[in-house]
Parts: sequence; structure tokens; C-alpha cells
Amino acid sequence: MIRVEELTKYYDDFCAVDHISLNIQKGEILGILGPNGAGKTTTLRMLTGYFPPTSGTIRVKDCFMETDALKIKNMMGYLPESAPLYPSMLVFDYLDYVAAIRNLQGNARSARLKTLAELCGLDQIMHRPIGELSKGLKQRVGLAHAMMSDPEILVLDEPTSGLDPNQIAEIREIIRRIGKEKTVILSTHILSEAEATCDRIMILHRGKIVADGGTDAIRQSLGGGRRLNLKLIGADAGEVEKRLGTIAGISRIRSTGGDMLGIQVECEPGADPRSEIYGKIKETDWILMEFVLETQTLESIFRELTKEN
Amino acid sequence: MRQTLHIFTKEFKDYFVSPIAYIVISIFLLVVGWFFFAAFFLHNQASLRNFFALLPMIFAFVMPAVTMRLFAEEIHAGSYEILLTLPVSLTNVILGKFLAASAFAAAMLVPTLAYPLTISWMGSLDWGPAVGGYIGAVLLGAAFSAIGLFASSLTRNQIVAFIIGVLICFGLTMIDKMLFFVPRLLVGPIGYLGADFHFQNIARGIIDSRDILYFLSIIFLSLYAAWLTMREKE
Repeated sequence: MIRVEELTKYYDDFCAVDHISLNIQKGEILGILGPNGAGKTTTLRMLTGYFPPTSGTIRVKDCFMETDALKIKNMMGYLPESAPLYPSMLVFDYLDYVAAIRNLQGNARSARLKTLAELCGLDQIMHRPIGELSKGLKQRVGLAHAMMSDPEILVLDEPTSGLDPNQIAEIREIIRRIGKEKTVILSTHILSEAEATCDRIMILHRGKIVADGGTDAIRQSLGGGRRLNLKLIGADAGEVEKRLGTIAGISRIRSTGGDMLGIQVECEPGADPRSEIYGKIKETDWILMEFVLETQTLESIFRELTKEN
Repeated sequence: MRQTLHIFTKEFKDYFVSPIAYIVISIFLLVVGWFFFAAFFLHNQASLRNFFALLPMIFAFVMPAVTMRLFAEEIHAGSYEILLTLPVSLTNVILGKFLAASAFAAAMLVPTLAYPLTISWMGSLDWGPAVGGYIGAVLLGAAFSAIGLFASSLTRNQIVAFIIGVLICFGLTMIDKMLFFVPRLLVGPIGYLGADFHFQNIARGIIDSRDILYFLSIIFLSLYAAWLTMREKE
């Protein structure tokens, strides 16, 4: 659907996006993650044709951005960060204007406006100036704007930033619903959001892709081994290390102390020594209070990947 | 073409939903009316000459105020990003905004039609110069709109856009009155640059293709400069 090759953008001497190549399938919800200044917005702006890349090509279906920008813009709906809409216009006037530019006429236009008002929950605010709306409502107007022509590709830049938890849930719900039939690309720096809404995640750092794939795939390829947390009563740290140290697949054992003796076991990638560990403990008279498998969160992977060194 | 029309409609409506239009039009009418009628009865002539004599000067201040927001506000608010990612080209945007500002200039002139009407009732008005003057005024308004649009594309600050616009428009209005400073050789070419000079030619009732061409070239050059500036911003 969308094919990006060697996309690069320099602002004067500063390299914001550095040779990014990526392929987006139809019907995918792609989340672009990254710390502030990683190049997320710049990438989206190039994808939507707001400014041209310094080098590299963007192809949507059979159209190249350089030559067929208008055709591509016709296929796309874009919601920039914090939805900068004309504050003095009424919601209805604004959406009507966008519909006109999107070439919707007569009955089709009013029908579309009605559908969108319903989908984004705008019925009550159609005749209020955009400048008076709260951030969440404005964001919803922005979503309606982006979906006006029922585009095949929807690009959303930080769609939930600055919203309260209820509004975030609503927007996510809308994105999920749209994502069933459309290709959605969204950027965010909130990990749980990407995890909750996206099929595929791409992590950007300093203009480069540092991870790309499904949430599980990223966890597996970059997360390293599993980590087990144990809590024991009646055991002694040295004894535990000696007993468990003989099991294959364990890379490190660390005691964390506490009232009950806390033990952290790190495993080698791919290894699952849980049954052996349980067997060893059963041989003693220690009481096992806790035995937890900790899957490495996306958060820790993200921090690992985007660490400033 | 259709996109240009949509942008034109939106921009033109924008003037009238916000207070800008009403404030600018009232100030314009007040100033023009005062200066024109203060001396009108002293001259005791049924002509619009004095009205057209001061029109370029007033337009040089009013038109940049009308156009200052066109690009500066969009860039400042970020809505320009939305506009450019809609299926419209930069040419559509510039033409739409320019036509809206020019149409506003024309709308501003409509109430002043009361002057020729009242004057023709008081004495015998020569309609040739009056019609010529109005044609010239619309051209002048369009030219100053284009200049103001260019000024607005240079900055994200509306006040700076206004000042740049006034400087250029005022300069073009006054340039043919400053000719005693320049060497004789340059008097002709520099005088030719004066907007007022060409406007007064038309306002005399003589519609010369050279004067029309002058205004059209100002419009074209300013719009092209605005186009280049916006392209450069990308």
C-alpha cells in the first residue's frame, strides 16, 4: 500500500530523519513510537506531502509523491498534532468547507457530514466556534476532518495527547473501529497507547528505525530472556544460589532481600527453566510464597532502545 | 479551479464572520468621507477628483490591514499544515486568498457609490472619470492585496506583515512624488513605477493599456513572489 524508501530529511545541518525504509500493508494500524524529537512528526509530514523529503521516495499504490502529490492527498486523511483548525469558524462551516474541497457535492455532502457527526459524537457542537471547544472535542472535529473523504489511509499525529482518560478511550475506540477497514498510521510517545491500538509498532530514535514489528515480535527479538521473581520463607540467599545455580538456562541469580527472601532469576533467551526451579525448591523445606514470570514490558524495551549514550 | 473557488468563498466569508470587515470598512468610510467632504464644498465642483486623489494613500494603509492575516495567521496557528495536506495546490491557495482580498476591496468601495450618486443630484457629474476611477480603484485594491499577501507570506507575525505591506504600498504610492531627488535620467523609469501615477491616469477617465498592464504586472509579480516564499518554506 505505502512503500517508503531511504527517506531522509535534513533541517539545515540537523538530520531529523535518516534513511528510513518501510512498507505498510493495507488494513494495518501502524504506531510510530519514539521520544520527543525522534523524527515522528517529520516522517508523517513527509508521508502526507506537507513538505518534500531531502532525499528518498514515497510511493502510495502506484503514485509517487513527487509527481502525483494531489492524487495521494486525495487518498489520505491527516490530523496534525493538536488539531490546528481555524478557531473562528463554526464546526459545521469548517466541515462543510473541507467537504467542498474534498469534492463532495449536494446530498452526498450532507449525508457524509451527518455520518461523521454521529461517528465522532459532534451532534451537540455543530454550531459552536472551534476556538471555544475543549481539547478533546477539537480533536474529534479533527478526526472528522481527516475522515471526510472516507480515505484509504488515515494519518494521525499524537491523536490522544492532552486528553483525559475517558477521551483517550473514546478516541482509541474510534481508531480501532476505523482501523478495521483502513490503513492507519499514528504517532505517539505513549507506549501503552501503541500497545492498545496498533497491530505493528515502529520505534524511531534520532531519525532511525530501531525496532519494527508486532508488539510480541518486538518483545521477543529485543526483550532477551524471561525474568522470574521468587519469594521464599526459611531460605538463605547463599543456599538458594548454590541450589539453583546448577540448572541450565539460568544466566543470573540475584537476591533482593526483604522480610521474605526475594530472588530474581534471569534466564537465557528462549530458555524456560520454571519446572526445574520448582523441582529444586520442592526438595527443600522452604516455603514458596511467590513465583512470578515477568514478561519484559514494552516500556523497558523502549527505554533500552532509546537510551541516550 | 474549483478548489480556488472554495478557498475564495471561505476566505471571503471569514472577513464577514469576524469583526475585521466591519471595523475596516467603517474606518475606511469615515476617513474617506471626512477628507473628501471637508473640502468638497469649498471647491464647489461636482467631481470625484479629490476622492480619487486620496484613495491610493488610504488604500496603502487599509489593504495591508485586510491582507495581513492571510498567511501569517495560518502559519502561526498551524492550520497551514492542514490546508496543504488537503488536495489543493499552492497556486489554488494563493489565488483563492488573493481573490478574496480583492473582492473585499471591491466590497469596501460599494458604499462609496453614494458619493457619485449624491453629487450627480447636486450638480452635473461627468460620469467618464467616475467610472474610470472606480475601475482604477478596483485594480489598485487588487494590486495592493497582492502586495499585502506577499508581505503576509514573509512572516508569522501579523503586525510585521502589516508594516511590510504598508511600506511597499506607501512606497509605490509616493515614489512619483519624490522624483526631485533622483537624477534626471532616472525620472522617467522611476516615475513609471508609481502606483498613484497610473491610478490617476485611469481616474481621469482614460483607460490606457499601459496602466492596466502596470497593475496586472504588480499583481503577477507579488503573487509569484508569495508563491516562491511559500515554496521556499517547505
